[in-house]
Amino acid sequence: MLGFAGRRLIALVLTLFAASLVVFLVLQVLPGDPASLMLGTEAQPDTLAALRHQMGLDVPAPTRFITWIWGLVRGDFGVSYTYSVPVAELIRGRMVVTVPLALMAICISVGVALPVGVLAAARRGRGADVASMGVAQLGVALPNFWLGILLILLFAVYLRWVPAGGFPGWDAGAWPALRALLLPALSLGLPQAAILSRITRSSVLETLGEDFVRTARAKGLSRRAALWRHAVPNALVPVVTIIGLQFSFLLAGTVIVENVFALPGLGRLMFQAIAQRDLIVVQDLVVLLAGSVIVVNFVVDIAYGVLDPRLSRGGAQS
Amino acid sequence: MKGRWNLLAGGLVTTIVLAAALLSVVWTPYSPTRIDILHKLAGPSAAHWLGTDPFGRDVLSMIMAGARNSLLVAVIAVALGASCGIPLGALAAARGGWLDGLVMRGTDLAFAFPALLTAVMITALAGPGAGNAMIAIGIFNIPVFARLTRGAALPVWKREFILAARAAGRGDVAITLDHVLPNIAAVLLVQATIQFALGIIADAGLSYLGLGTQPPAPSLGKMLNDAQTYIYKAPLLAVFPGLAIVLAVLGLNLLGDGLRDLLDPRLRRAR
Repeated sequence: MLGFAGRRLIALVLTLFAASLVVFLVLQVLPGDPASLMLGTEAQPDTLAALRHQMGLDVPAPTRFITWIWGLVRGDFGVSYTYSVPVAELIRGRMVVTVPLALMAICISVGVALPVGVLAAARRGRGADVASMGVAQLGVALPNFWLGILLILLFAVYLRWVPAGGFPGWDAGAWPALRALLLPALSLGLPQAAILSRITRSSVLETLGEDFVRTARAKGLSRRAALWRHAVPNALVPVVTIIGLQFSFLLAGTVIVENVFALPGLGRLMFQAIAQRDLIVVQDLVVLLAGSVIVVNFVVDIAYGVLDPRLSRGGAQS
Repeated sequence: MKGRWNLLAGGLVTTIVLAAALLSVVWTPYSPTRIDILHKLAGPSAAHWLGTDPFGRDVLSMIMAGARNSLLVAVIAVALGASCGIPLGALAAARGGWLDGLVMRGTDLAFAFPALLTAVMITALAGPGAGNAMIAIGIFNIPVFARLTRGAALPVWKREFILAARAAGRGDVAITLDHVLPNIAAVLLVQATIQFALGIIADAGLSYLGLGTQPPAPSLGKMLNDAQTYIYKAPLLAVFPGLAIVLAVLGLNLLGDGLRDLLDPRLRRAR
């Protein structure tokens, strides 16, 4: 087990490094010099050079990369060109929106998908199964931002229960803040719930056909007991992996959904930073988001090893 | 039976969407860019089936042309992903060893980047537009196809007829083309329909943010963004383009499910 975790940890560090290298290189290749963008097309060459020097853009790329990485390791994310504040501070201010949003969305996804998926599998072929899987099929096809707009139409325009967007901040109290995040979380979480419920259903169906479930039934367990005590726990192993993968979708989804609901989160910060060519912010954010996906997958991998000891003994490394 | 039903419904919906999109090349009820301020924000009527937008443009015409642009972006993104990913995956499966490890770690790395987020970064920095949207979405199809091809090809390489072909002196490339790819084509086809559907959603998202197809060319995502401004005045504007996206994606997903059930009877048991 420890050997497995150790190997995974080394892979984790290497992947994090490779990811930051890729982000750095991509931003080098893509057009758009931040200094000339800030000064406009009429800038004098020496003013431009001075600004480039001030921003540290005149240093060779490899040196800049190493300085940046070393900063990241020490928790120094650099200083934003446009906001002139440390990026870490910017990110911290926006995280209080995005992280609760992503957590709420994951809870919605799992909270809806697990019961629905298990129920559909238990009632295979009957009304509840057909109906819930029909809805799920539709849910998979729903773009999250359109679902967001529909929710705004229903709850803000027609029913007038909630505002159409915006975020009051946590200072306004937990309830108004959570209320502002509810519709965005639903629009992110429900399409993911549709995917997850389909996967849960087929995973449970697969385990229901296994020998150990038949044995459990043969030794006199009721259908329900065999389902909940034997089939469901075993079926959850692949489901956990998918939940880990969904995290990545949710993070990406926040870029659009935060724009739909005008939420001041990481996604919107990223969008604004790109528009202003605030490359250091873009660079940090992409690495941070990719990094959290990598770390979540690492945790899922380890959880997988704990849930299913066969995997940690090296059998299924591919 | 259920597979048949999926295939039928998916095929039908996809055909309708494709037909409407193709028809828009030669005919739409009005020109999708024709501005008619006198009839702006009109509700559905005999003259304008789905109403008009804030500039008096015909919504149905815009949806038809927008769907065409969306499908085009998604098709080219899938083609890009498949044409790079399938050879990579096939090579990894055929050669194994360090090459296989390299391809696998490369795909691992690519999967760590939230796809849409990175596509936003690429299109925004490289310049918004349909072309860059195709590339940005296509890049993330490469690891999907590489992974799938490798995974599906590996068991094929262990089959006896491959050994026979090897014994007959045929090389890796020839065996891959003649024996491996035909055996895994079905899986790849199913994945292509799924990626096609995901591509439509991704394109809609990018153009919602103003990074995809640029105005005056209509796009479904941009229509939704504009509609949000008028959501209190003309709520239906926010409904129709979204329905078009859902219809296209739903059709392709059903088609993919149906094809999978049809082509791989072993999976039927599990669903």
